[in-house]
Amino acid sequence: MIKLSNLSKTYGSGPGAVQALKTIDLEVPEGAIHGVIGLSGAGKSTLIRCVNLLERPTTGSVRVDGQELTELSGAALNQARHQIGMIFQHFNLLSSRSVYANVALPLELMGVNKTEIRERVAPLLDLVGLADKRDQYPSQLSGGQKQRVAIARALASRPKVLLCDEATSALDPHTTGAILDLLQDINRRLGLTILLITHEMEVVKRICHRVGLISGGELVEEAEVGDFFTAPRTELGRHFLNDFLQLEPPAALVERLEPAPGAHTHPVVRLAFGGDAVSTPLISRLARECGIDVSILEAKVESIQERTLGLMIAELIGGAEETARAIAYLETHDLDVEVLGHVQRDA
Amino acid sequence: MSSAMLELILEATLDTLYMVGISGVIAALLGVPLGVLLYVTRPGQILARPLLNQVLGMATNVGRSVPFIILMVAIIPFTRVIVGTSIGTNAAIVPLTVAAIPFVARLVEGSLNEIPPGLVEAAQSMGATPYQIITKVLLPEARGGIITGLTITVVTLVSYSAMAGAVGGGGLGDLGIRYGYNRFDPLVMLITVAILVVMVQGFQSLGDALVRRANHK
Repeated sequence: MIKLSNLSKTYGSGPGAVQALKTIDLEVPEGAIHGVIGLSGAGKSTLIRCVNLLERPTTGSVRVDGQELTELSGAALNQARHQIGMIFQHFNLLSSRSVYANVALPLELMGVNKTEIRERVAPLLDLVGLADKRDQYPSQLSGGQKQRVAIARALASRPKVLLCDEATSALDPHTTGAILDLLQDINRRLGLTILLITHEMEVVKRICHRVGLISGGELVEEAEVGDFFTAPRTELGRHFLNDFLQLEPPAALVERLEPAPGAHTHPVVRLAFGGDAVSTPLISRLARECGIDVSILEAKVESIQERTLGLMIAELIGGAEETARAIAYLETHDLDVEVLGHVQRDA
Repeated sequence: MSSAMLELILEATLDTLYMVGISGVIAALLGVPLGVLLYVTRPGQILARPLLNQVLGMATNVGRSVPFIILMVAIIPFTRVIVGTSIGTNAAIVPLTVAAIPFVARLVEGSLNEIPPGLVEAAQSMGATPYQIITKVLLPEARGGIITGLTITVVTLVSYSAMAGAVGGGGLGDLGIRYGYNRFDPLVMLITVAILVVMVQGFQSLGDALVRRANHK
């Protein structure tokens, strides 16, 4: 439904030029919810604005529903934009218009007549659960309600694609959950393709099917959400995951960690296991088959959509050879093993 | 006080209202579009035309920097072309309008400036044309600010109109100077000032009420 190929965006020219996006390739199939996650300044906003050409890419192609958008301008581009709804972090509702009139705006812009506007706006307000706020003004609404109005407005032109620009970043966790549920519901009911950008793993975890990780204007990693949460392939991916899971080794342990193994050290590992590994009694087998002891320092189980993700920080106690074997054993059983460091054996 | 004097005061009040009313309406009709143009032709805006923007900006600044009393005399030839005479109430309307247009334009531009850029972006994402953005987003969103600006303009016009006496324009200011100051009649002076105060107060209250109705912020 959305296909970005070889997309680049450079601001300015000459030595002061800033390359915001570097040769991005991204494809979102029809009906999918695709997330792009990244730190601020990574280029997420520019990326999503290139999809409806609010930002014109310097080079590359933007295809939405088979139509090449970069070739369009003026009326043809405006026409194409009716197929692409967008919601924003700060909602961007018109303060001079009531809830009803805000949702009616895109239809007015398209030249739809008043009777039809009335017929189309009412069900949209029902869909987002704001039928009773019809005549209120945005200043009378809460953040979550404002975003609901914005969603209804974005859906008014019956788009095929919905772009969400940090749509929940200004909302509290509870409201964020409600808005994400609504987006998921819309995705399922209307088969709407959703591309969202965010810096929150929670958003990705809750509703995305696939996720891309953007850093320095490049998509550095792309995976199914379950895979991304169990085995991120990049350093930044791990960083996001660890921040999200907040599973850090205890401070007292960190102080004792040494980067390289010594003569009398034990490795401390972070184990992430998804899928089958969760239901296998790996730790006890590890002890039996490799002849080591496992001291569990911290552990956590998260369910990521339909999958379960187990996480553990553990000290592997045994000789150098045994512990190396144990790590290899874990790796053959589909576990993501990260050696955090080594601690001195207790005397 | 003689009935002739009362009649003079009434006539002067109507003259002032007439001058302020006509020049205010024309200045609004021309100043609002000019203000919009100053805003939308800025670099990076929806109808970016940097050169046009600079020319308009400069013309507006020139209009705003000439003191009213000088402007009034300087544009006498132009006034004569427009209303056929350079003296009288109608002749005063021309310089009042000319002075008010750039004033209105800058105030309108300022209130458009207050609109969060995200609103224009949202309208663009819905496929709005520049004209639609102006009529459906910019002007409605700035309505409160524009009414505030027009109120300020009208109040300013009331005080400018007092100088219209210099071209035989009549009005309260003229009356106050001729009878109150030159003939040293404190009562006439007091009455004209009192009427001006009430007038300004009235315009301000009306403006405030309209802003309250326009704003849903």
